[in-house]
Amino acid sequence: MSAVRHVLGRIASAAFLAVVGAFFALPMLWLASAPFDAAPSITVSVPEFTLANFRAILDNPYALGSIGNSVIQAGGAAAIVVVLAALAAYALSRVRVPGRDALLYVLLLLSSVVTGTAAMVPIFELATRLDLIDTHLGVILVVSGGLLPAAIFILKDFMDATPTSYEESARVFGASPLQILWHIVVPVVRPGLATIAVWAVASVWGGFLMQYILLRDPAKAPSAVILYTLYTEGGQPNLDLISTFSLLYSLPVVLMYLFVSGRYGFRFHGGIKQ
Amino acid sequence: MPPPPEEVAVRLSPRPALIAALAAALLALASCGSDTPEGEGSVTLTITANAIPGGKNSASADWIRQWVIPRFEAAQKAAGRDVRVLFQPNGVDDEQYKTKIALDLKSRTGADVIDLDGIWVGEFAQAGYVKPLSEVGGPQVDAWEGWAQIPQAVQGLGIFDGKKYGLPQGTDGRVLFYNKELFARAGLPDPWQPTSWQEIIDAGTALRKLPGVTPIQINAGTAMGEATTMQGALPLLAGTGTEIYADGKWTGASQGIKDVLGFYRQIYGGGLGDPRLQQEAKGRDKSFAEFADGKIGILAEGDYFWRSVVEPQAGVAPMADRDEVVGYAKIPAREPGAGVRGQDFVSMSGGAVRVLNPFSQNPRQAWELMAFMHSAEAIKAELAGAARVTSRTDVNDEVLAGDPMLTFIAKEILPITSYRPGLAVYPQVSAALQEATAAVVSGTPPEEAANAYRAKVEGIVGGPGNVSN
Amino acid sequence: MNTDAAGLGRRRAVGFVLPALVLIGVFLVFPALWTIYLGLTDYRLTGLAAADPQVVGADNYTAAIGDDRFRTSLWLSVQYVLGSAVIGQAVLGFALAWTLRDRRGPVRRIIEGLVLLSWILPSSVVAFLWIALLDRDGGTLNALLGTPGAAWLLDHPMLSIIVFNTWRGTAFSMMLYAAALETVPPSHLETARLAGASALQQLRDVVLPRIKGHVLTNMLLISLWTFNDFTPFLITAGGPEGRSEILPFYVYTTALRGGQLGFGAAVSFLILLINLVFALAYLRLLRTRDRTRDRDRGRDHGDGGGAVSGAGPAIRGTAG
Repeated sequence: MSAVRHVLGRIASAAFLAVVGAFFALPMLWLASAPFDAAPSITVSVPEFTLANFRAILDNPYALGSIGNSVIQAGGAAAIVVVLAALAAYALSRVRVPGRDALLYVLLLLSSVVTGTAAMVPIFELATRLDLIDTHLGVILVVSGGLLPAAIFILKDFMDATPTSYEESARVFGASPLQILWHIVVPVVRPGLATIAVWAVASVWGGFLMQYILLRDPAKAPSAVILYTLYTEGGQPNLDLISTFSLLYSLPVVLMYLFVSGRYGFRFHGGIKQ
Repeated sequence: MPPPPEEVAVRLSPRPALIAALAAALLALASCGSDTPEGEGSVTLTITANAIPGGKNSASADWIRQWVIPRFEAAQKAAGRDVRVLFQPNGVDDEQYKTKIALDLKSRTGADVIDLDGIWVGEFAQAGYVKPLSEVGGPQVDAWEGWAQIPQAVQGLGIFDGKKYGLPQGTDGRVLFYNKELFARAGLPDPWQPTSWQEIIDAGTALRKLPGVTPIQINAGTAMGEATTMQGALPLLAGTGTEIYADGKWTGASQGIKDVLGFYRQIYGGGLGDPRLQQEAKGRDKSFAEFADGKIGILAEGDYFWRSVVEPQAGVAPMADRDEVVGYAKIPAREPGAGVRGQDFVSMSGGAVRVLNPFSQNPRQAWELMAFMHSAEAIKAELAGAARVTSRTDVNDEVLAGDPMLTFIAKEILPITSYRPGLAVYPQVSAALQEATAAVVSGTPPEEAANAYRAKVEGIVGGPGNVSN
Repeated sequence: MNTDAAGLGRRRAVGFVLPALVLIGVFLVFPALWTIYLGLTDYRLTGLAAADPQVVGADNYTAAIGDDRFRTSLWLSVQYVLGSAVIGQAVLGFALAWTLRDRRGPVRRIIEGLVLLSWILPSSVVAFLWIALLDRDGGTLNALLGTPGAAWLLDHPMLSIIVFNTWRGTAFSMMLYAAALETVPPSHLETARLAGASALQQLRDVVLPRIKGHVLTNMLLISLWTFNDFTPFLITAGGPEGRSEILPFYVYTTALRGGQLGFGAAVSFLILLINLVFALAYLRLLRTRDRTRDRDRGRDHGDGGGAVSGAGPAIRGTAG
């Protein structure tokens, strides 16, 4: 009876995974076929194979450089978000501050206002007065401000879930708080930090409007902005270039995910069993 | 998971290293920031446009970079002045470009010479973002040779409240395109020139007999955005003798609006048009492809359709036999004489202008640069052999000769055309009009849609006092 | 958890929090408050109101609440959040985490990889992917189902973007629940199974009490993110006829297209308030169940989720 149930369970779970796998894979077919197609359309088809689209995208004066800009902006934002959020989350997790959870949630709510279209003018004026227009730093600081509350919120959860006994012993041996954080807490929550870094990079990677408004020189524009400029002379989306550039532009985030998940693991928490 | 002992043993605190690394990174980023080259005694001018090399409007971007800048710099050098010109490309949706320009001007920065859609001039002027050209560029503005070459109506694109704010780059016109092959198969004449709305319906009814053919495509709905207003609702409205904004009031549920919506109802409720196409996010692109495929009989579009969509070589939906198959006719008024100014035929026009940044450090030189960009020679270089209706009559006489369609626009359409009101609320009124057409296409009675439109417009323009009926 | 195990002390704790707070203060709180202030004015991007904006008090709010389009938009947003976040992402994410929890090897890696890939691909790229999938003429889905001409985006716009966002965002819930399930000792599940508990009973009695904190964190975050999600705009543009115009699109059309920045700012603040209502609802739901269980069973349960379960009273305190 139980064996039958077990077998049925395995079959059901395999079927479920197959359906889910197909559901997640299906939309990605276009990205695998269109860039190599001589005449890409919105239809997924076995391509009339060509690499001409890749040559065409290399001719675009901004395409490749924009990927470098995306790396600078997304990488910079991810570094700031992970470092500052980890410090803040650790302190908030270990020291009682009245109202800290409410404060965090209020910040989280405010971040939704700032990432919307309506905050454009205040952010632009702020960046103008701080002389941050047309700088990578301006983009990095603005997007980091929007991402930090959620990052602290998530990381604090992780830190809360890590046991404090190691820290107590390290303290007995005279380690300073920063040493404890660096040598004991960080290794434990490292997969979580890696996940937050990837999340931050992915969030910034797709961002368009704020980046467009804050930058002037297209040689500093990230890929998301350049992707929008790939129109034909007649003003229609240029599918040859868009599909090819989409693929190139997606590769760095995918490679980063593979690297990070291979190296640090890619999970929330540190696998601590309570 | 305790850390390996050797890690705990490291005594160096991570703080200085970490902070130093972060600080270094931030400094490096800040330093690659705004590095406008500012040589002593030299003047730097910046041009911006919604164009980018390798992307949207790349021909125009290439012209600025490869023709305008080197030649202007050389001419200035010859006159003993050291002028550097920079180009700031964009190449995004018009609304986003507009937002960025408005933000720049609001904070009193931005390029010296700026491309704008003519329709934005009024709202930018009201906001104080642009000033009349002669106020910024000085007396040499009115003395410019080019004014004599620009017809009064075309100059209107850059005029607000009777003052010239912008220099028009060119203009366009709306017509009815038709497929001559389908017309022949349906037993319709060629050339075809309807003289009333009823004759459009009659032609559509004849075309309906052809299998797989959508007889008429007149843009409707919200998905097509301004293309609905410019290619559909406004030319039709002009054909009823009604202006959307006249004598300080916006038209509400007027007879003209009801007639226009009724005409939409006749087409889309009577099986003469494809209602689904009006709802699709990419419906306008699809209408191009379908016309090129011989699946649409009559299409209301601007001359853009002729020169960039079905253009045999570089078009979006190229038609190798465009010159033989594609016919064009003036848009008739509801009935002869019913149009604005008592006209039999009507059209709508728009076009881009260039403005001077009133906060420019070097407004006189900026004007010189702009005038240079609007010289006959420069405009011909921009066209690079292509035909388009430019703002200058001398250039048009030369470049349009080889293109009968664009000559038709210049000679037949521009004299009868109308322009949109350049006020800040216009985009919202236009959106309300699009919603009204959408409602009618999906079955709302025209009367009801017109009343809903009036209610919306009243809300937009500040009460019934600013709406006429 | 507030034992200060590392001996941080208040002063150092402030030092740790300060850099983040400064950045948040300058680049988030300040522009956010400014935006909220703009919501009280008739400020526009261009035109006369750009030169001389006037404070109009609550006019923008009454106008929004009186606007049919806003109310439709709000209702669509609620559907979108309930459908794609609460039901779609959270349920599918949990199901995946549960199914994959004792699997190792390539199947797990492939499935996780695909789910994560759809999460990290740039939004403009995924929009193109979904247009290619759902297009009425050449879409992959119609080719597979043999339904040429079925206009998914026109006939079922909300369903389309709900399924889209489920696809887009399940990864986060999957990861969070996978971590949560690791806090459930396998021996407890084994005991329950031997006692004859069905899978559902195991979930309800053994798993849920332990992961409640995670559920709360997950719900709060994915609801907030989904409420503010702009990505499907690239797929449906809010159409046809506004039938998929969720609130962020409404703000975009009014603030950017229509240039009504004051009005758009007011609507943004309304979105914030709605998010707050959602958050309070989650807290209430998860805490009520908490108390009932404690009373009924009279037993203590594990501290499954960390801080967020402790966040309840504090948040309630500020909200009144």
